[in-house]
Amino acid sequence: MEKLFQAANTSGSISGPPSAREYFNDRLFRSIALTSAFLIIVLVAYILWEIGREAMPAIGEYGLGFVTGTTWNVSKGEFGVLPEIWGTLYSSLLALLIGGVFGIAIAIFLTQDFINHRLATVFRTVIEMLAAIPSVVFGLWGIYVLIPLLKPGAEWLHDSLGWFPLFGTNLSGPGMAPAALVLAIMILPTVAAISVDAFRRIPYKVKEAAYGMGTTRWEAILKVMLPTASSGVLAALVLGFGRALGETMALAMLIGNANQISLSLFSPANTLASLLASNFPEAGRIEVQALMYAALVLLAITFLVNVAGLAVQQYTIRKFEGKK
Amino acid sequence: MSQLDLTSQALDIRPRPRLQYQALEPRALKSGFLTGLTWLAALLAAVPLFSVIYMLLIQGGTRLFGADIAEVLTGLPPAGFEMGGGIGPAIVGTLIMVGIASAISIPLGILAAIYLGVLDSTSKIAKTARFLAKVLTGFPSILAGVFVYAVIVIRFGYSATAGGVALAVLMLPTVVLAAEEAMSQVPQRMKDAAYGMGCTRTQVIWKVVLPTGLPGILTGVMLAIAGASGESAPLLFTALFSNYYISELAEPTASLSILIYNFSGMPFQNQIELAWTASLVLVLIVLVFNILARILGRPKV
Repeated sequence: MEKLFQAANTSGSISGPPSAREYFNDRLFRSIALTSAFLIIVLVAYILWEIGREAMPAIGEYGLGFVTGTTWNVSKGEFGVLPEIWGTLYSSLLALLIGGVFGIAIAIFLTQDFINHRLATVFRTVIEMLAAIPSVVFGLWGIYVLIPLLKPGAEWLHDSLGWFPLFGTNLSGPGMAPAALVLAIMILPTVAAISVDAFRRIPYKVKEAAYGMGTTRWEAILKVMLPTASSGVLAALVLGFGRALGETMALAMLIGNANQISLSLFSPANTLASLLASNFPEAGRIEVQALMYAALVLLAITFLVNVAGLAVQQYTIRKFEGKK
Repeated sequence: MSQLDLTSQALDIRPRPRLQYQALEPRALKSGFLTGLTWLAALLAAVPLFSVIYMLLIQGGTRLFGADIAEVLTGLPPAGFEMGGGIGPAIVGTLIMVGIASAISIPLGILAAIYLGVLDSTSKIAKTARFLAKVLTGFPSILAGVFVYAVIVIRFGYSATAGGVALAVLMLPTVVLAAEEAMSQVPQRMKDAAYGMGCTRTQVIWKVVLPTGLPGILTGVMLAIAGASGESAPLLFTALFSNYYISELAEPTASLSILIYNFSGMPFQNQIELAWTASLVLVLIVLVFNILARILGRPKV
């Protein structure tokens, strides 16, 4: 009997209490992992602190007038970002309008049995590839494909409907319309992916019940599926909006960098991100401080929008997982 | 008898619902119309992608797959009216900076994910870190550049290191969230079996959780690398640009995306062609990592 136990303990069994050394290694490794997780928190705090610290002189000097000012004149030392805030919000809203409609349509297309499984996979790959194309390549495409394509239409709209504020100016090259269109293409994958997720969370029974009552496909989608997925779709829209606000390169190449506030779709404008992109590399000490302040404004706007989007998304997940 | 008659009469008076599908009924027409509209929207959404690919192949492909492919891939960027030239320094610069970013963000991200996904997923630190990582994924990429400018560039000047750190800031949340997701899907039973044999948590992580979650972790890592390769905003004023090959990490460095940005606005045909060529190379690099993400992400059964 004794022999049997000894054999069980020694002959190749890998189970047994950890040695002192293994305990030590465990402690060490766990504290390294904890430190790494903590570093994420430190990183975000450090980002806020560094940008805030660099912006401090400009905040002290220009105060809230920075947000309401409309001139950006380095030699006179006048800095205001109202046109950029307007351009950021306006271009993002336009992009959200277009990208949102298409994104939700694609989410419905992919999840509501329009096409078979294999074709849906192909289509999903196309949308994912759209997300993989770098911003700067979209910018190049916008300059050499989209702007020439839009020009005749814009000219016609301006000539015949010029009294309408949206068509108040002519498209002379870069401007709001090409920028917003490219922005819409760029946020489409985000909106589509999160909306698909929202539609997938709806239990299949819900759709069966709707069809069982004799609805047509679109009655089921519009009156049952879309309202059920609404909070998830809202999260998709808000997060897509957040992405549009911070998008930089394509806009810096397409929006024209003009410091003005205009409703016209065809006039050049500017956004906070593209102001940073185009002015930072050659900025002197004073302008850098003003740019840091602009970065802080951008940070605040995107932070608020993203937190709102994440909160709605969290609410959706909880809603459906609570019901199960 | 008379009563029975009455009921049958009553049944006849009421119009019977027509349960059969009618294609010309207004609501069926509306449904068909909307279905057509959805198809149109879906097809329309695919147009930009194909247009971009077409332009890349036509404009960039002729130069890249032409006779002077060696010059394009290794030559220095041309100046003004110069003909020929290439994008060699930009390719090398992009690869080096993505390498630096990977070396920083992948180990750090996976370690943080181990804490978030396996060690203590409900603690206050884990919840805060997870939330902040999600916020960081929506963080405008140019702000990573602004941050690194404030921390590194003001003190040490423009450099490949600064560019790499800026890219690392952007890669980190992607790696963390993907790795956490992959590791949290490792079945509890597998972990319990290892604990039951007397493993420490570290042993369970190294011998069970990491090997099992590896496909998902690699997918996240590859997607993060693909995203970082295409980034340009954070490099604008951290790595700046250079017309020459990189000789040390502490000097301004060229990258494909900044080359495209710089050349896109030039009035010379040669530079614009090179911008398209660089775009094609950049998209191919991004695509390779995307495909790697798919291949590596397949669970090995």
